[in-house]
Amino acid sequence: MARPFPFTAIVGQDEMKRALLVAAVDPTIGGVLIFGDRGTGKSTAVRALARLLPPMKAVEGCPYHCDPARPAQVCPVCQGHSGKMKSHVIPVPVVDLPLGATEDRVVGALDIERALAHGEKAFEPGLLARAHRGFLYIDEVNLLEDHLVDLLLDVAASGENVVEREGLSVRHPARFVLVGSGNPEEGELRPQLLDRFGLSVDVRTPTDIAMRVEAVKRRDAFDRDPDAFSEAFAADEERLRRKITAAKKLLPTVDVADDTRRRVAELCVALGTDGLRGELTLLRAARSVAALDKAQTATMAHVKAIAMPALRHRLRRNPLDEVGSGVRIERALAEVFG
Amino acid sequence: MTGDDPRAGLIWKDALMAADLIALDPAGLAGAVIRAGAGPVRDAWMARLKAGLPAGAPILRAPCDVDDAALLGGLDLAASLSGGRTVAQRGLLARCDGGVLVVTMAERLAQTPAAHIAAVLDQGEVVAERDGMTLRGPARLAVLALDEGLADDDRPPAALLERLAFHVDLRELSHRDLASPDAAPARADMAAARLRLPAVTVPDDMVEALCAACAALGVGSARAPLLALKVARAAAALAGHASVRHEDAALAARLVIAPRALHLPADSAPEEQEAEQQQADTPPQPPEQQPDEADQGEVKALDDTVLEAALAALPPGLLARLQATAQRLRAGQTGKVGESQSTVKRGRPIGARKGDPRSGVRLDLLHTLRAAAPWQRLRKRGLDPAQARPPVEIRREDFRIKRFRDRKQTTTIFVVDASGSTALERLGEAKGAVELLLADCYVRRDEVALIAFRGTGADILLPPTRSLHRAKKELAMMPGGGGTPLAAGIMAAGLMADEVRRKGRTPTLVVITDGRANVTREGVGGRAQAQDEAMSAARAIKAQGHRTLLVDNSARPEPRAGKLADDLGALYLPLPRASSDMISKAVRASGPQPGSVRR
Repeated sequence: MARPFPFTAIVGQDEMKRALLVAAVDPTIGGVLIFGDRGTGKSTAVRALARLLPPMKAVEGCPYHCDPARPAQVCPVCQGHSGKMKSHVIPVPVVDLPLGATEDRVVGALDIERALAHGEKAFEPGLLARAHRGFLYIDEVNLLEDHLVDLLLDVAASGENVVEREGLSVRHPARFVLVGSGNPEEGELRPQLLDRFGLSVDVRTPTDIAMRVEAVKRRDAFDRDPDAFSEAFAADEERLRRKITAAKKLLPTVDVADDTRRRVAELCVALGTDGLRGELTLLRAARSVAALDKAQTATMAHVKAIAMPALRHRLRRNPLDEVGSGVRIERALAEVFG
Repeated sequence: MTGDDPRAGLIWKDALMAADLIALDPAGLAGAVIRAGAGPVRDAWMARLKAGLPAGAPILRAPCDVDDAALLGGLDLAASLSGGRTVAQRGLLARCDGGVLVVTMAERLAQTPAAHIAAVLDQGEVVAERDGMTLRGPARLAVLALDEGLADDDRPPAALLERLAFHVDLRELSHRDLASPDAAPARADMAAARLRLPAVTVPDDMVEALCAACAALGVGSARAPLLALKVARAAAALAGHASVRHEDAALAARLVIAPRALHLPADSAPEEQEAEQQQADTPPQPPEQQPDEADQGEVKALDDTVLEAALAALPPGLLARLQATAQRLRAGQTGKVGESQSTVKRGRPIGARKGDPRSGVRLDLLHTLRAAAPWQRLRKRGLDPAQARPPVEIRREDFRIKRFRDRKQTTTIFVVDASGSTALERLGEAKGAVELLLADCYVRRDEVALIAFRGTGADILLPPTRSLHRAKKELAMMPGGGGTPLAAGIMAAGLMADEVRRKGRTPTLVVITDGRANVTREGVGGRAQAQDEAMSAARAIKAQGHRTLLVDNSARPEPRAGKLADDLGALYLPLPRASSDMISKAVRASGPQPGSVRR
């Protein structure tokens, strides 16, 4: 596989990088949506993340790479197992869902090779199975066919994939962090899918010439000699990897002060976000930011750092309102936090 | 146009340079879009490219309606069945590794194949999940998009254009211009230059100059300066320079950055804005004026040399074209046709089901084989092995047919009278209605378009779109005032409606006017003639049978608007001081029903 561009070598785009790191620390955050102009490094960042994630333990021989400590309830392989299961260390899967992927590759289908050769009915796991406990990345998510979107929503909501086709009846775990990227000018995302994403990031072309020059220089250096370039950033990458590991360990004990909770509630009321999902996501994300910061308690600063991506896509949209949702959040932040 | 035009010689020289550079570094520069009709000019250009490529480099053609299986590869059904195991077939992209993929009639290329090609250009390998296999293979190639589009909005998908280094426009050349200025470099020279390429160094200020030129011309994507840098390096390698020199950077600016320019440098921007503000009252300034003004800036530093090179490459009559380009880039234009071509394959697939392949339904071969596969051992058991049997026993109950859901999608075309004193108010309400409908449509996946007529003619302010984002931007900029060229507005709407129908959608026209025309199609005043022309334009629309709604927004119901509605075959809605809410409700009430499942 071609070497990805190092995550730490990406110039600027701090909001996007922070959102991806938060999702890496807390996979239950609900995924990241990256919307923005062309050529701003959306795909680059996601592919870079794949190399950055600390490896994880998985049950050996389980096609869904269950966690040996807690095999999934619905895993057909691990549940049939009795006694101690062997485990091995594998990289966290980051699975690409290409735009033209057929449905059977996504959900899994009859293993045609075994059917042809041996006349056996066997299930061949699809992309959803491969993405379990990892990341599922959809570039141009706004161009994805509707029937695939429906399917993804269903699986993302239930955490399991149910296949009933070709005489097969299979149920397997599929919990993954959905990462989508796209250009909003090519089509909007369906509101149902929009709501599924925990964090939503807008990326823009940096207006600062120096930053643009640096970005172009680095990318060019990478294209000319990927190995040497990656080597130069190896230490940074390792440092960040350790930071993620430490944050993951710290996360369960990170607290949120009551005062902060109240302010977050006030913020969401002021913005009129629908339901409680925004509030919950914001608190969760703030805890991850705190964990990355090695802090035991999530403070206002942590909330502020991630409020925009957590709330941006949850404001009720008024088509006649010229003010973007970003501005509204900034105003509300200033009011509530003073 | 003629062989005497000195510009033509320069265009051709640059075009040949682009061909040589692609041949030098196909994968690095990712290729070019060639805007030209089929003919000797394009053939000569292609021949030049072929001559420069390494011997044996593959050059394959992909039609614009190429399907995923052909592009990415998939299951080789014949080999799989005879071998009794899955055999993969390589797709066009994988087979082009190290060479060039030529996409013919690229302006009709659909978004999905464009996205596949874009992904391969980004990653240098094909990755696909198809037909129960994971396909993966190197694919470092250049793409030549042959763009035969006539109109400015008739371009290949933006996702593809963005990644190709060169945007070459050969439409103005004829074969008389082709007296080649210099001979093609020999294969051996090219090979030597290819070896030199990795060692060519780039001074830092050169990178800065290219980035600055991009910023000054409104080119946002980071891909543009990166491609310019690679082009500069390739040009240096070809010329035998050890390090990128000024002329190489200037060449890159001319070839890569200039065609992508969205606006002129900041110096001239204020004038531009002013001009736009004045447009309501005065005729627009001749566009040539502004590049000249930009040229007057002082030229000393390298930044300016590069920017200057890019500016000099901007053709005359630029501003109009720039705006068209901006619109196209915003539109993310897709190849349009394809939808209407495939009448048997309409709508989105909703899986396969058991059934007989009769006429009009499509057999789903893969699903049929899948259904048959598990039974093969059983079915073959007890048969005489000596007797010749087909490799796969398929029985009637295995047949699977494809199902599609076809929803009749509508495009609502608003035709808004933006003239005269009430324009601002009327326009505001029409804008509001478009946004309200769009917010509604984007759940239903319908489209909205906007045409305004005022002054001397009609403008398409918003080509059919589903993007709320884009609609807001366009609407915010919509001007008003002047006379009422009703006929021009109606004719523009008729043309757009026909085009929408050709794309397989159902157009609905919503005309918002008081029906009082006073400007003729030629753009001159004259109440009587203007009215006559409007009426005949209206009858032409009626003959096409488009669904039409006429909203009369004059203070009292205006008889002329009623007459116009009759001629249009339109539903007449007198809505004095119509609010955006009322208009959008009326349109929704007269709208079509969402579609049905078709097999």
